Amino acid sequence: MLIPVSISISVVIFMIVHLLPGDPIDNLIRVGSSPDDRARLIAKYGLDQPLFTQYFRWIAAMFQGDFGDAIVLRRPVADLIAQNLPYSLQLGGLAFAFSSIVGIIFGTISAVTRSAAVANFMRGFILLGSTVPGFWLALLMILFFAVRLQWFPVSGARGWESLVLPVLTIGFGGVALVARVTRVALMDVRREDFVVLLHAKGLSSTSILMRHLLPHAMLPVVTILALRIGWILGGAVTVEFVFGRPGLGSLLIRALGQRDYPVVQACLLMLALAVMIGTLVGDVAQAAMDPRVREAKK
Amino acid sequence: MLEVRDLEVAFGPIAPLSGVSFSLAKGETLGIVGESGSGKSLTAMSIMGLLPLSGGRITAGSIIFDGQELTTLAEPVYRKLRGGRLGLITQNPMTSLDPLQKIGPQVDVVAKLHLGMTSREARARTIEILGTLRIPEPKTICDRYPHQMSGGMKQRIVIAMALAADPDVLVADEPTTALDVTVQAQIIRLLDDLVKKRDLALVLITHDMSVVAQTCDKVVVMYAGRAIEHGPVEDIFHAPQHPYTQALIGCIPKGLSEDEHLTGIPGTVPTVVNYPKGCAFHPRCKAAQAICSTDRPGFVTKGQSAAACHFAGAVQ
Repeated sequence: MLIPVSISISVVIFMIVHLLPGDPIDNLIRVGSSPDDRARLIAKYGLDQPLFTQYFRWIAAMFQGDFGDAIVLRRPVADLIAQNLPYSLQLGGLAFAFSSIVGIIFGTISAVTRSAAVANFMRGFILLGSTVPGFWLALLMILFFAVRLQWFPVSGARGWESLVLPVLTIGFGGVALVARVTRVALMDVRREDFVVLLHAKGLSSTSILMRHLLPHAMLPVVTILALRIGWILGGAVTVEFVFGRPGLGSLLIRALGQRDYPVVQACLLMLALAVMIGTLVGDVAQAAMDPRVREAKK
Repeated sequence: MLEVRDLEVAFGPIAPLSGVSFSLAKGETLGIVGESGSGKSLTAMSIMGLLPLSGGRITAGSIIFDGQELTTLAEPVYRKLRGGRLGLITQNPMTSLDPLQKIGPQVDVVAKLHLGMTSREARARTIEILGTLRIPEPKTICDRYPHQMSGGMKQRIVIAMALAADPDVLVADEPTTALDVTVQAQIIRLLDDLVKKRDLALVLITHDMSVVAQTCDKVVVMYAGRAIEHGPVEDIFHAPQHPYTQALIGCIPKGLSEDEHLTGIPGTVPTVVNYPKGCAFHPRCKAAQAICSTDRPGFVTKGQSAAACHFAGAVQ
C-alpha cells in the first residue's frame, strides 16, 4: 500500500510544482541578461527537457539519495533540509507532546466533571481552539506575551524561551482537537453495557475511568494523533513563518516564492512521507491496543 | 435476606416504577416477569444501587438487605456490597465484558477487591469458579479475550464475576434472553444449581413464563412499572387472579399440535409518559369495566398470593 501511494504522491507533487506559473530562472538571472544567457541556464538545470524526462531524472536521483541542488539557493537540497529539519522536529515534537498530554487531560476533565462551570469553560475552549487560525493566534501571542509583557522573545530560535510561544500557538488547536475527541470517546464508551457490570463488581468510578474507560477512549485519540504526526512537520508552516523560525515550513515558503523546484519537491515529499509514516504508526498502535484489530489483521 | 417495599423510581419528573414490593429468603428464587418496558430492569438496578448511572433515583419505598437499608446507603459502603454480597448478571453477554481486557483479570478483580486476595490467589479462585461453571480449560480461558468466545461462554464468565466474592444475593436480569435456546436451558440449570449449592437468594428477571415455572419459588408479575400480582409460583400458575397474569400464562405454547396457534396479548405496553389512569392494563384487558379506567385497584389477597385487580379471581 505504501509503495503505490508513494509513487502517486511523487507524481502529484512533481506536476503541481511544475504547473505553477513562473520558473526559478527568473529569480536567478541578473537584470539585463540576454535571452541566450537565460536559455543556457535553463539547459543547465535540465528545465528544457520534457516533463516526463525531468520526472524520471528526479526519481532516479532520489533513489541514489540525491535530492539535487537548489537552483536559487545554490546548495544541495539535502543540506538545506538537514539544516532546517531539526528545528521543525523540535517545535513539532514539543507541540505534539503538549497537545496530546494537555488535550487528553482536558478532554477527560470535561467528560467527567459534574460542575457546569467547568464543563462550559471546556466547551468554550474546545470551540475556540478548533476555530481560531494559528497565524492570528501567533500574532496575538506575540503582541501580548512578547511585546507587552516581554516574557518571551518576539522571534528567532535561540534557547527554550523562543520555543514557548510557537509551541503554545500550534498546541492550542491540537489541545482542542485532542480534548474534543477524548471527550466524545469517553462519553460514548461510558454508555456501553460493560460499564454497568464494572460498577456492579464494586469498582470505584476512578478505577473504572483509569483502567477501562480511558483505554477505550484512547483508540480514536491515538488514530487522530497518529495522523497528526505528519502535521508535526507540515502544520507549523505559517507559525514558523510568523515567528521567524527556521524550519521545513519556512524553507518551503521561501522556496515556493522563488519557484525553486528541487527544494519545493523535497519539502513536500518529506511532509507526505511524514503523513504516511503517521498512518502506519496509527495502524500499528491500534493493533497493539485492541485485540480485536490484532485478530482481524492475522 | 432481601426485602423490597413500595419501591418508586423517578427520572426527573417521570416515575416509571412505583409500588413494587417483594421479599426473598436464602435459597429462594424469585421471578420477576413482565413484558419489555414493565420496569423489571429498573428494579434490578435499584437493588444494585446503580440507578444514578442512567440518571434515575429512588424516590420512595425501601430496600432492606440483611437488615440494612440500602436506599440511604452511602456510595462507598454500597460499593463494598456490590460485587461482594450482591452479584449482578446482565442481559447481553456479548457486550457485558470489556473487549480490551483478557478474561482472567476481569474476573480476578472481584476477589481481589472484596476478599482481599493477592493476584495469585484470585487467579486460582477464578480458575476454580470457571471450572464449577463447567467452562472447559479454565486456565487457557483466562488468557482469552471476550471476542474469542461464544455468547454462552461469555454469560458463564459474567456469572463467574458475580459469584467470585461469594455473594448472598444474585440479581439476574434476563440472563438468557440473548442466548441460543439450547444454551438458555444450560444457563438456567446452572443458576438453579447455584441457588441450591450455595444457598443463594436469586432474583431472576425474565419475560419467559416457562422459565419461571421451572425455577422460581415466588413470582412477581409486573406491568407498566407496577407489581400487579405476586405469590408462590404454584398458586400463580394454577390459579392466576389477574387477567394480565392469565394472559401471560395463556401465551406459553403447550405443545406441537397442528391446530394450535401461538397466542399473544393484543396491544402493547404503554410507555412511561402514557401510563393509563386507573388500572394500567385496562385498555388491553378483556374483562375491563368502567371502574378499571378510573380507579387504581388495590391488592386483593387470596391465600399467599395477591393481585391488584378490581375483579381479582372473578374473571377466568
